[in-house]
Amino acid sequence: MAFDAYQKREFKLVGTRVPRPDGIDKVTGRAMYGADPVAPGMLVGRILRSPHAHAKIVAIDTSEALALPGVKAVVTGADFVLPQDAFLADIGENAMAQGKSLYDGHAVAAVAAISAEVAKAALKKIKVTYEVLPHVTDVDAAMKAAAPVVREGLRLESVPDGAGGNVTHFCEFGHGDLAAGFAKADKIVERSFKTAATHQGYIEPHACLASVTADGKADLWCCTQGQFNVRWLCSELMGMEASQLRVTPSEIGGGFGGKTTVFIEPVALMLSKKAGRPVKIVMSRDEVFRATGPTVSTSIDVKIGMTKDGRITAGEAKLRYSGGAYQCMTVEMGGQAAFACYDLEAVRTQGWNVLTNRPKEAAYRAPGAPQAIYAVESVVDELCQEFGLDPIEVRIKNAAKKGTKSSYGPTFDDIGLMATLEAAKKHPHYTAPLKPGQARGVSCGFWFNFGGNTCVTLNVNTDGTVGVTEGNPDIGGSRASISLMAAEELGIPYEKVRTIVADTASLGFCDVTDGSRVTFAVGIATIRAARDAIKKMCGRAAKIWGIAEEAVEWREGAAHPAGPNAGKFPPMTLAEIAAVSFQTGGPIAGHHEVNADGAGVSFGVHLVDLEVDKETGATKIQRYTVFQDAGKAVHPDYVEGQMQGGAAQGIGWALNEEYIYGDDGRLQNAGFLDYRVPVASDLPPIEAVILEIPNPGHPYGVRGVGETSIVPPLAAISNGISRAVGKRLQQLPMSPPRVLKAIKSA
Amino acid sequence: MVKVLLWGSLRAHTDGQAEVELEAKSFKEVLDKLAEAYPGLRPQIERGVSMAIDGRIYREAWFTEIRPDSEVVVMPYMTGG
Amino acid sequence: MSITVSTSVNGDAVEFVCPPEETLLDALRNRLGLTGAKEGCGTGDCGACSVTLNGRLVCSCLVLAAEAEGQEIGTIEGLAQGDKLHPLQQAFIDHAALQCGVCTPGILVAADALLKQNPEPSDEEVRFWLAGNLCRCTGYDKIVRAVQAAAAEMRRA
Repeated sequence: MAFDAYQKREFKLVGTRVPRPDGIDKVTGRAMYGADPVAPGMLVGRILRSPHAHAKIVAIDTSEALALPGVKAVVTGADFVLPQDAFLADIGENAMAQGKSLYDGHAVAAVAAISAEVAKAALKKIKVTYEVLPHVTDVDAAMKAAAPVVREGLRLESVPDGAGGNVTHFCEFGHGDLAAGFAKADKIVERSFKTAATHQGYIEPHACLASVTADGKADLWCCTQGQFNVRWLCSELMGMEASQLRVTPSEIGGGFGGKTTVFIEPVALMLSKKAGRPVKIVMSRDEVFRATGPTVSTSIDVKIGMTKDGRITAGEAKLRYSGGAYQCMTVEMGGQAAFACYDLEAVRTQGWNVLTNRPKEAAYRAPGAPQAIYAVESVVDELCQEFGLDPIEVRIKNAAKKGTKSSYGPTFDDIGLMATLEAAKKHPHYTAPLKPGQARGVSCGFWFNFGGNTCVTLNVNTDGTVGVTEGNPDIGGSRASISLMAAEELGIPYEKVRTIVADTASLGFCDVTDGSRVTFAVGIATIRAARDAIKKMCGRAAKIWGIAEEAVEWREGAAHPAGPNAGKFPPMTLAEIAAVSFQTGGPIAGHHEVNADGAGVSFGVHLVDLEVDKETGATKIQRYTVFQDAGKAVHPDYVEGQMQGGAAQGIGWALNEEYIYGDDGRLQNAGFLDYRVPVASDLPPIEAVILEIPNPGHPYGVRGVGETSIVPPLAAISNGISRAVGKRLQQLPMSPPRVLKAIKSA
Repeated sequence: MVKVLLWGSLRAHTDGQAEVELEAKSFKEVLDKLAEAYPGLRPQIERGVSMAIDGRIYREAWFTEIRPDSEVVVMPYMTGG
Repeated sequence: MSITVSTSVNGDAVEFVCPPEETLLDALRNRLGLTGAKEGCGTGDCGACSVTLNGRLVCSCLVLAAEAEGQEIGTIEGLAQGDKLHPLQQAFIDHAALQCGVCTPGILVAADALLKQNPEPSDEEVRFWLAGNLCRCTGYDKIVRAVQAAAAEMRRA
């Protein structure tokens, strides 16, 4: 473990803003994304989706579709044998309905045909007989005893007796004596909040190309955050051995958690298997909204007590999350994250997962945390207003720090919340006077970050260049960061390293690109792989010089005889050792495989200045600043990019984005016109202030930065709007009609 | 003996105790002993848990060493986006 | 029924056959192998399929392929001159104005169309011009900076 420990050092390359290796492909249109590849004899796959929120599928007649000229295969739920494992079975059931449509858009059948036109015509020929069942899409309605039960048999042992039929999971976290804590408060505020389900909104719809051959081998090309996870899920759902399925990830056009699972991939494989030809499926935007994985929708109660000098005496939250018609553990993350920013003597969170007739939740950037922290940070802000206290001072007074027993149990090590708050407090943004009509909002945010299974192979080429092979799709510039760390450790120029993302046959298992893990965990594996290669290169130099391996040391990209007794030999550079590698024992490669831990939690603080149009209820964001601890920013451009991008997504969540279901249980806004993500003219410049409090668990001090940034905007903006209109807002998004209503009731 | 802190809802399976004491020297031993002493925890352990040992969160890592004075917190299996 | 379409793409004369309802985007991608334009929505809301039609910025998912007959189409594949990147392309790399990159071709085509008619736009003009091009990764900050850097570079040239 000491091996991974952070050691202070001067960096030559880490921390510089080098050009990314995939840049030219991406600015010239050459980069290959999920929908771009073609295969000989390729068919077009299309999926038929249920128009009902909840319905029994009585019968599916595919005979007319199959008889249509040009149709080569039809697939329904009957083609899949679901695994015993409940997690895998749910993923299979979501990809293709088994006897019941559980939400509007649920896949019920699929065809493969020689063209899109024929495939579309074939879908119209499939006759599905539905028996429509009562549905429920609202999380609070679904909690009630009288609510229609979405699915039976999912309730875990964690659920206490007496809970409604849609409650599948219960969790509780916290410590201390709540009653005693609240008794010490000068003021207790209790509020209820609701947050709409939102979608990751990646611009690239899911797409894949599957090719299954008669001998049971298969290739799958797809846009995914994790090709190894796709291989695992699809091989289980197809009843294949993992080695027989090779998954190659394309460039990925955004994921944000939404491409951590499979939807169309098993369907394309099954169609290809039945048709005996390659099959490509590309989702439409409508399908992406209706049938991939939005966030949980939530309903949250928060109660916080505070003394008049701003000390929080106790905090309590009740979180009701719905992950759609499936078991979902995201409420556990919300329950643990809710009060993570605070050092509290008494804290308790309770969470329930509730079934609704909505699509199966998928991860979205810090899954579960934005909603819970929004509710907590709203109540903290209201208490600051009550006592006339400065919101940053109050947070500084209560901030979690090294030695704090966190609200979810463990004691914090070195963390960056206090530094982040101090930076925000003295930033010109915070001290700038507000213009008339303007209001300022503040919020903290938190995310855990993870490590996980990671493999890296580092090949030293005979011309002195280096190839790094890693297994995590590059979502935001990670190949540049990995190359930087390899070059730093080896002591060679960045330009000498090329990093590629491998398919599943070319490298050992790598966890999904999620949990802000890539720069952290792939970084560790890359640094260790480089050290492995260095050890081998030192060995070669020792042989050449005829001295002991221990008498050789590596610095500045070359092997040196160590100390006066090792002999006087001119140093051998990486290129010089590589050039004679065939003669000194063969090619040189370093590699490393690890299940990395110690990712180090990440905190952020956001400041927003905004103005509310009292006539329309529309909110204009005028100034926005993000403060976040990156541990060590390997490539500052892309760290800033994560901070700015997460903030923009959070701004969309706060102001406009929501899944709107009609009384019929159907999604009413399955397109970018009606599900409105922020456009360029909606946003001001977003200033990103990077703090670097080294993570003790990474040799360079790196922490993940990808997720925390989506957490604070929700409350920061709600706090700003609430101050602007003189009324506490308690529902997301704060779309103009809702804000107008608040103005009128103020 | 090492003190193991459990998250609140697991108390339903440990006779109401939020903290239990076990003889364990590694991540895996903690889970094995927990499941043995409190069979009600077995389904959750089989679904997967994380464990914070002296403030660092581990997701699997059976052989991670635990000292008698280690702070051990059992947490839900962590997932991200 | 199929239609034969003769058109010019990035200055090259091309001919293809397609059904009358086929979009220009599908023809570019599936018949001409020009997959730089992306389909993000198919309804003209995201701008990932942006191309120019006789110099005018359009969403190719909303244009019929048959409408290209006798016209001049410009796509992302025609922005660089051989191996020399357009100043916008270089600026996007230098300013890290892309993350996943899937919106980038459309944004570059749109930004080029802007700078052709307004070589010195304000930040606000850039933001409003690009309001039809969704980017979900960057928050647009670095995109606006890159467009302005390229505009400055082009004014100097």
